[in-house]
Amino acid sequence: MSFNFDQELDCSGLACPMPILKTKKAVDALQVGQVLKMTATDPGSLPDIEAWTSKTGQELLGHEKNGDKFVFYIKRAK
Amino acid sequence: MAKRLAIISTHGSLDAAYPPLILATAAMALDMEVAIFFTFYGLEILKKGNADKLQVAPIANPAMPQPIPGISVPNIIGVLPGMTAVATGMMNNWMKKANVAKLSELLAMAQEMGVRLIACQMSMDVLGIKKEELIDGIEVVGAATFVEFASDDAVALSF
Repeated sequence: MSFNFDQELDCSGLACPMPILKTKKAVDALQVGQVLKMTATDPGSLPDIEAWTSKTGQELLGHEKNGDKFVFYIKRAK
Repeated sequence: MAKRLAIISTHGSLDAAYPPLILATAAMALDMEVAIFFTFYGLEILKKGNADKLQVAPIANPAMPQPIPGISVPNIIGVLPGMTAVATGMMNNWMKKANVAKLSELLAMAQEMGVRLIACQMSMDVLGIKKEELIDGIEVVGAATFVEFASDDAVALSF
């Protein structure tokens, strides 16, 4: 799975809550409609990103697992 | 859905200082308004240069993992001089290995994101803590200020 993206953020190695905090900052810096590719190794990152997008109204376009890395494509929806 | 998170932090040990700061910053990321009310030993977290010096005591803390896996050390050993420093060093080491942010980093992040850090004036008077001893940007106020914040559509957590 792959999407076009405008910015990339690597949160590999970071533990909770840093991936969410850095993702929030990075998405806030995007224009509405732009996409962030975020990579994390925190096993809790999938449910956390899902919870974050559902609460904040941003859009998780898709995600995939590459070895021990989780890759997320998040669109700034508002 | 509640729009605010109101947290009370009453403990100044290394392990007790993490949950309020982790939940506060996470809630800010989820677009909530957040305030932490630091009272009694929770004030230790706010003292200048102190966040990364907090300690954890092994005595009467049976849930703490054994220093050497598989070898059971009686809890009473924790009364020996120096054991608090040993336990603190161990815990800092585990946190570092797991890449958990330092308390000073979480505190700075909380301030940057706009968490209201509120210090209890009464506790400061009781414990003899001066405002100048705390990091910058702290509101030193009474209980009513925090309760007023918490009274408007908030979830409250106490640590």
